[in-house]
Amino acid sequence: MIEISNITKSFGEQRVLTDVSTVFEAGKTNLVIGISGSGKTVLMKIMTGLMTPDSGKVHFNGRDFFALSRNDQKNLRREIGMLFQGSALFDSMTVEENVMLPLLMLSNATKKEKLDRVNFCLERVNLAGANKKFPGEISGGMKKRVGIARAIVLNPKYLFCDEPNSGLDPRTSIVIDDLIIEITREFNMTTIINTHDMNSVMEIGEKIIFLYKGVKDWEGDKSQILDVTDENLNSFIFASDFLKDARDALKEKIARSK
Amino acid sequence: MKIEFKLFEHLGKFLIMIRRMFSRPARWEMYWRELFRQMNDIGVGSAFIVLLVSIFIGAVTAVQTAYQLYGTPFVPSSYIGLIVRNTIIFELAPTFTALILAGKVGSNLASELGSMRVTEQIDALEIMGVNTESYLIATRIIAAVITIPVLVAIAAYSGIMGGYIATSLSSNYSTEDYVRGIRMLFDPFDVQLMFIKSFTFSFIVSSISCYMGYYVKGGSVEIGKASTQAVVYSCIFVLLADYVIASLLL
Repeated sequence: MIEISNITKSFGEQRVLTDVSTVFEAGKTNLVIGISGSGKTVLMKIMTGLMTPDSGKVHFNGRDFFALSRNDQKNLRREIGMLFQGSALFDSMTVEENVMLPLLMLSNATKKEKLDRVNFCLERVNLAGANKKFPGEISGGMKKRVGIARAIVLNPKYLFCDEPNSGLDPRTSIVIDDLIIEITREFNMTTIINTHDMNSVMEIGEKIIFLYKGVKDWEGDKSQILDVTDENLNSFIFASDFLKDARDALKEKIARSK
Repeated sequence: MKIEFKLFEHLGKFLIMIRRMFSRPARWEMYWRELFRQMNDIGVGSAFIVLLVSIFIGAVTAVQTAYQLYGTPFVPSSYIGLIVRNTIIFELAPTFTALILAGKVGSNLASELGSMRVTEQIDALEIMGVNTESYLIATRIIAAVITIPVLVAIAAYSGIMGGYIATSLSSNYSTEDYVRGIRMLFDPFDVQLMFIKSFTFSFIVSSISCYMGYYVKGGSVEIGKASTQAVVYSCIFVLLADYVIASLLL
C-alpha cells in the first residue's frame, strides 16, 4: 500500500501539484488520469523518489520515503519496478541484458538463477525467444513488454507505469493492460498507472484518481465513471460526441437490463 | 547578480555530484566492467587521433624551430631537439592532447549521458537503486584519469619522433644533432610536470563533460548544447589550469 498525503510541488512560480492525498491499495490497479500537464508524471516521479516534493509525504507500507536516509531510500527503491513512457531500454544491450541488468546490479544469485529468472519474466510477458534481439530491432509494444519484464525481474512490491499505452495501437494497448492487471494480481503488487487511455480507464481502473490542474478533482472506480457529475472529469473522459453517445447508449442499456 | 547565483548553483551541483560518486557500489563486478569499457572507449578509441596529431605537431615544431634558428651563428643546431622536446613535454603533449580529447571524448561523454537522461535511462537505473553518479560518472572520470596520461605520454613520445622524422627529411640538419639536443639538459621534473598537467586536465575534461551531460533537461537540442558547452568549458578550464600549474610549479 502506498499512501500519499498533501503532496505539493512547484517549479519556480508554477504550481504543478497542490495538496494531493490518496491511498493506493495493494493487489489493485490504481490509475492516475488527467489531461497533459495536469501533474501525473510529476506525482509519479515524486512517489518513486526521482523528485522531491515541496511539502507532503509518501508512505510505502508505513515507511515515510523522504524521511529515510539515502541508503534506506536506495534499498526501498529495490522494491519498486517502473515502466517508463519511452520504455527507457539500453540500446547497446540485448533484450536479455536489459532485463538482466537489475539482477546483475543488485542480486547475489548465481548466473544460472539469474538467467532462469530473466527467461521466466520474458516468458511472462510473452517474449520468450526474443532474448538476443536489440531494442532497435523490436516493435513499440515489444519494447513496453521488455520494460515490464525488467520492472518485475526483482519481484517488486510496487509497480509504476507511466503511460504504458502511449504510442501503441488499441489492440496492443489491450495486451499491455491485460498483462499489467494479470501481473498485479499474480504478484499482489501495488500498481499505479498514469494514463489518458480511456479504454484502460474502463477496463482496468480498479481505483481512479483524476488530476485537474495539479489538484485531485475526483476519486472513484470504473463503475462510477458513467454517472460522474464532475464537469472537468466529464469533459476529459467523454471529450468527443462519439464517446458521449457511447456513454448514453451504455447507460440506457444498463437501465433497460435492470 | 543572477550570473553569480547561477555560477554558485553550478559549482554546488558539481561538488554534490563529485561527493556522491564516492559511495560503495552494490556489486563491484558491474563497475569494473563499465570502467574497462570506458577505458577502452576513451583510451584505445582516442589513441590513433592523438598519435597522428602529435607526430605532425612534433614535425611542424621541429621545422618551425629550425626555420627560426637558420643562419644564427651562436645557437647550435642541436638546440632544435632541445626546444622541440621541452615544448612538447611542457606544453604540447599535455595541453594539446587535453584540448583534442575535450573535443572528442568530452562531447561524447556529454552527449551519451545527455541522451541517457532524456530517454529516462538514468531514471531507470535510479529506480533500480543504482547510484548513478557512482556507476555512470565515477567510472568515466576514473577511466579518463587513467588513460589520458597514458595518451599524453604517447603524444610526447610520438611528438618527439615526429620532430626526428622532420629532421631526417631535411637536408639542412642532421638527426644526430636532433638526438643530441633531445638528450641535452634533461630534467626529470619536466616529465613529472607533464603528468601533473595530464592528470589535472583529464579530471577537468571528464568531470565537466559528465556534469554537462548528466544534468541535461529537455530534448535533442539541449543535448547538442550540452555537448558544445562541455567542449567549450573543458577547453577554458584546461587552459586556465595550465596557466595556474605553470605559475605554481615553474
